[in-house]
Amino acid sequence: MGLTQGELSRRSVLRGGLASGLLLAFHIPVGGAQQAAADTKGTFAPNAFIRIDPTGKVTLVMPQVEMGQGVYTAIAMILAEELDADFSRVVLEHAPPNDKLYGNPVFGIQATGNSNSIRAFWTPLRVAGASARALLVQAAAQQWRVEPASCTASQSEVLHGASGRRLGFGALVGSASKLTAPKNPPLKDPKDFKLIGQSLKRLDTPRKVDGGVVYGIDVMLPGMKFATVAASPVLGGKVGQVDEGAAKKIPGVHKVIVLDDMVAVVGDHMWAAKRGLEALAVVWNEGPNAAVSSAHIWDELRAASTQSGAVAKTSGDVARGLTRGAQVEAAYELPFLAHATMEPMNCTVQLKAGSCEVWLGTQVMTRVQGTVAKLTGLPPEKVTVHNHLLGGGFGRRLEPDMALSAVRVAQHLDGEPVKVVWTREEDIQHDVYRPAYRDTITAALAGDKIVAWKYKVTGSSVMARWLPPAFQHGIDIDAVDSAVDMPYDIADFQVEYVRAEPSALVTGFWRGVGPNNNVFAIECFMDELAKKAGKDPIAFRRGMLGKSPRLLAALDLVAEKSNWGQPLPPRAGRGVSVQPSFGSFIATVVEAEVDAHGDVRLRRVTSAVDTGIAVNPDTIVAQLQGGLIFGLTAALYGEVTVKNGRVQQSNFNDYRMLRMDQIPPIEVHVIKSGEAPGGIGETGATAGPPALRNALYAATGVALRHLPIDRHALAAGRNT
Amino acid sequence: MPSPMRLVINGETRDVDAPADMPLLWVLRDLLGLTGTKFGCGIAQCGACTVHLDGQPVRSCMLPVSAVGARAVTTIEGIGATPAGAKVQKAWLDLEVIQCGYCQSGQIMSAAALLASTPTPDDADIDAAMAGNICRCGTYVRIRAAIKHAAGSQS
Amino acid sequence: MSALAGGRGASRGALQRSLLVLIALVAFVLGALLWWLRGPGAMDFARGRSVALADYHAAEPTGMPLSLRDADLVARGEYLARAADCMVCHTTPGGAVYAGGLAFKLPFGALYSTNITPDKETGIGNYSDAQFLAALHRGVRSDGARLYPAMPFTSYTYMTDADALAIKAYLFSLAPVHAPARSDALWFPFNQRWLLGIWSWLFNADHRFQPNPTRSPEWNRGAYLSEALAHCGECHTPRNLAFALNNRRKFGGAVTAGWRAYNITSDAKTGIGEWNDDITATYLAQGHAAGRGAASGPMGEAVDESLSQMAPEDVRAVVTYLRSVPPVVAPDLPAIRPSPADASHRNGPLSADAQGKQVFEGACASCHSWSGVSALSPLATLTGARAVNDPSARNIAQVVIGGASRTPPDGGISMPAFGSVYSDAEIAAVANYVSGRFGSRGASLSAQDVAEFRRQVSQ
Ligand code: FES
Ligand code: FES
Repeated sequence: MGLTQGELSRRSVLRGGLASGLLLAFHIPVGGAQQAAADTKGTFAPNAFIRIDPTGKVTLVMPQVEMGQGVYTAIAMILAEELDADFSRVVLEHAPPNDKLYGNPVFGIQATGNSNSIRAFWTPLRVAGASARALLVQAAAQQWRVEPASCTASQSEVLHGASGRRLGFGALVGSASKLTAPKNPPLKDPKDFKLIGQSLKRLDTPRKVDGGVVYGIDVMLPGMKFATVAASPVLGGKVGQVDEGAAKKIPGVHKVIVLDDMVAVVGDHMWAAKRGLEALAVVWNEGPNAAVSSAHIWDELRAASTQSGAVAKTSGDVARGLTRGAQVEAAYELPFLAHATMEPMNCTVQLKAGSCEVWLGTQVMTRVQGTVAKLTGLPPEKVTVHNHLLGGGFGRRLEPDMALSAVRVAQHLDGEPVKVVWTREEDIQHDVYRPAYRDTITAALAGDKIVAWKYKVTGSSVMARWLPPAFQHGIDIDAVDSAVDMPYDIADFQVEYVRAEPSALVTGFWRGVGPNNNVFAIECFMDELAKKAGKDPIAFRRGMLGKSPRLLAALDLVAEKSNWGQPLPPRAGRGVSVQPSFGSFIATVVEAEVDAHGDVRLRRVTSAVDTGIAVNPDTIVAQLQGGLIFGLTAALYGEVTVKNGRVQQSNFNDYRMLRMDQIPPIEVHVIKSGEAPGGIGETGATAGPPALRNALYAATGVALRHLPIDRHALAAGRNT
Repeated sequence: MPSPMRLVINGETRDVDAPADMPLLWVLRDLLGLTGTKFGCGIAQCGACTVHLDGQPVRSCMLPVSAVGARAVTTIEGIGATPAGAKVQKAWLDLEVIQCGYCQSGQIMSAAALLASTPTPDDADIDAAMAGNICRCGTYVRIRAAIKHAAGSQS
Repeated sequence: MSALAGGRGASRGALQRSLLVLIALVAFVLGALLWWLRGPGAMDFARGRSVALADYHAAEPTGMPLSLRDADLVARGEYLARAADCMVCHTTPGGAVYAGGLAFKLPFGALYSTNITPDKETGIGNYSDAQFLAALHRGVRSDGARLYPAMPFTSYTYMTDADALAIKAYLFSLAPVHAPARSDALWFPFNQRWLLGIWSWLFNADHRFQPNPTRSPEWNRGAYLSEALAHCGECHTPRNLAFALNNRRKFGGAVTAGWRAYNITSDAKTGIGEWNDDITATYLAQGHAAGRGAASGPMGEAVDESLSQMAPEDVRAVVTYLRSVPPVVAPDLPAIRPSPADASHRNGPLSADAQGKQVFEGACASCHSWSGVSALSPLATLTGARAVNDPSARNIAQVVIGGASRTPPDGGISMPAFGSVYSDAEIAAVANYVSGRFGSRGASLSAQDVAEFRRQVSQ
């Protein structure tokens, strides 16, 4: 790649941060491709992603991980499309850890996140498929002594139309392996796509209906022990004294492991480990965080938000612009959130002299490998990471902490494999939390147009911790992603960022990342401005979307499909949100009603999405349906609070989820488009909250500016 | 204290040595290697651990194994052998319900029990049977549709 | 004029006389009122005569159960401290045992339990035997200040010196914990501790247990355990205007710390009159009994920390005593509905509350089942429980808000607390739905009721 990893990651993240259309300059690592070819005998491996054996079996290697977003199917479709493989017979394989071969071009490491899998790999995968096809066609042509141009490929066969001869890919692997790949093989014209654009059945789901799929938490090894862990309830606390007596008496308890910052109980099964942990009498040295509470974290954040921040983007002259109309100002606040992936954190480890194997589901293969290597002092190649399908990621599995603590447990065993599973309580109380944010926006309104816009984001920088090279000049490009990527035409415009790290809590990426916060603040404020301007929220937005035709089209479609403007019962309302985030253009309308007590009932959700070429349209719909529910759940109930240094939420009884009987009809309309594919996995999580909040604003006139939704405020008719 | 117990799981007799208070969930997963049944919360709030006892859906995370007795246990690994279970599995794939899939063992077990007792459920029946199963990926819309699809389909 | 003049002296005399009569009258009325307020003593219902312990020659009603008579002093103290259930009030959830700090929310402010570990500075480390007895028997602190009757000294006053000092020996055998008392937050005049002197003079019998020879030895043992140690009446007997126990309705039920302590008299319909001895004994020892539901809240704690630790013969004795208490009717309580609800969600409750059903089907049905007979644990079975047959639905709402954690000998279980993210309206709705579906009369709580319940719980 000719670039050091730091440079690559910084450069591509900076572009990735500015969303869509990136990476056209990216080339698949040819050097890497040959390595891959070298280490597999008798198999044709033209690059890191494709292997064809002499029987014709086509194996596709997945550089990104499957956590429900359907990426395995989409990646396979793209490869098979350009390769002309028989899709019904392709076999998928998790990629091994290898940044060079499988690094995500946006992050520069092997990571799955930011809804960028398809954006990042669209071209490289097509090139990979096309070059492999070219080699197979060339091999067949040589054998038949005809022009390659006179041959075509289809369904894992090469055909010579004129003579009607055909050869399966399997028969060609030998000769194809000897050829060198063409520099830039011709890619298909999208109108010739046979797979891309079809709603094909997902490849990962059949084994998910009969319990056959093995997630990290399902790994079973001979002689395996089971463990569960507890870190200090006061975040950052250390272990004081431990009385193991009662725990050791629990039947099935094998060992109690006491480390400086956590305790673990190892047993013959999870029940023994869990009961052992409950019976363990631990006195913690709570440390400075014992004094930390949510109120004091919010005070700090609010204080920080009064400083002026690093300028992330500026155009025109915002100071002058703000004098050009009626000034309006508002501040919006989002709480800390836990991920609560359905599969709790877990990792299985077998640590032997000179080698370590770990089994888990992770979004960051190489990071897990590197972290374990560092901890154990082993060379990375001695650390084998077995990845699995993920029982939910949402950003939580972009961290290697669950592997780290599991290996620390294994270091106190004698080489037997141990599966470390966190209880749900541990999972929620020791998460890396979606940062709390405070956003302040000042705008100038002249007639029904916004003429100036000054937007300041204040909050923790996940980037600065997670990918330091990407944190430049005091700006977290994720935290301001959709703030700088503003869809509305406003001449005088400025975005600032203030980094403010909270006490006690560690922050991390959470489905929807930065745009979650930006889109909420922008779209809530747009509704308040529309009201000031005396305009309908959709009409108001339409007037300023001149430079965003794709978004405008989505907005018009959703207006029509949602019956915007049709009468509703009292205390019911419709709210809209639009977003250009993750390279997809989405407009959403939520219809909701509020009862006298402020309890909210969802009535209907409608989304229109232009995500460019929809590789698998049904997956686009599914991701939006799910993402919207994920976001609406957070808007209604999601908040992690801290008291005396302890996270107060613990399980689904107090970290509440929307349930089946609360879910309204959700319609998603996918707009046909020839543009490069955008991201989709996180978009719903971002779209839901502002649309719901605006629906409640329309229903009650109450301007909620702080999530989660405050029932008492709605009941009392009081702004927050 | 561990004590030998005889369970009938998916039609097979299995002997286990487990503490009387050990939840069936961990007996299935950790002692018998039937890992299709999932751990999600441990407090009967998410439904990921749902199995059937004589056809009735129960949350195995809070069911002491000693309370199972002679009742037949059916897990996700065995549900396909029942007509309702097979219908549900097919409908789940036909309508592409599943995302990460981690909750779906439980969703399918709850839905299969519903269809076995209520062959043509209405929305209220579906709410009553399914609201105890959380799906963090938010597949609820398709679950509802798939249950109706399965109810409509011939076995 | 003259008549007037002549009448003057005579009328003065008349005035004085009538004044005296008036004073006498007032004094009499006042006395009668106080006498009435004071009401009968805790064990007066038993009639017959009671004698001093020394003059009682049947089996020893005080001290240890026969089976544990030869335990050493500290072991005796531990058994008796558990029987007296000191720990529950003197420990905060998750806090150091016996270190105090639990808040009692009263209509007129909050009181905090104190540290009774032997810490010299913040606990009772400096208490002499006499001082300890004064506190237990008369509600007088080592510094002479009066204790509020939240400390049940009007019950402990029946405890023998020997038993009280055994408890002291046990407490002094524990590790001292440094935990300064939290200062009470009571309004005037309730913050005037000296007034409690008068209160005690009126309402504290201040004498040790006096057996009743006309009753069986088991009854006497039960009386001692129930009155001097377990202090059942402190929660189950209603209080009068002066906040003293009103034994005219002994064990007739009352609201304490936001929870309703039910009628445990032998009234068949609204008490536990139709429970037999075995059911009652099982309930006391396990905190649940087939078809009678499970204890939760303060009674759950009383079972787990106290009653379940008693020797079987002591539990029996308590049952004997309990079942001798005359029936009192709790007018608002219906007869218990003994039969399970329908197994289908369709055949629903009296109050068809849609929001209540929605909360129930999402958060409750998995464990409690649509029938109310839990598929997971007998402790989660609602059928036959008084709480779901109580139109005030108070205890249902409280257990939904705060959850329940039970550790009976036959296997622990807990119900999570839903109070933090479920709204008052949702909790009221689900409490009404549960009462309607599983009880005999239903309930009609409002969101405001639930908000009020939240305020009343000790914490
Ligand atoms: S694991 Fe049993 S209900 Fe969640
Ligand atoms: S499919 Fe992921 S939790 Fe339901």
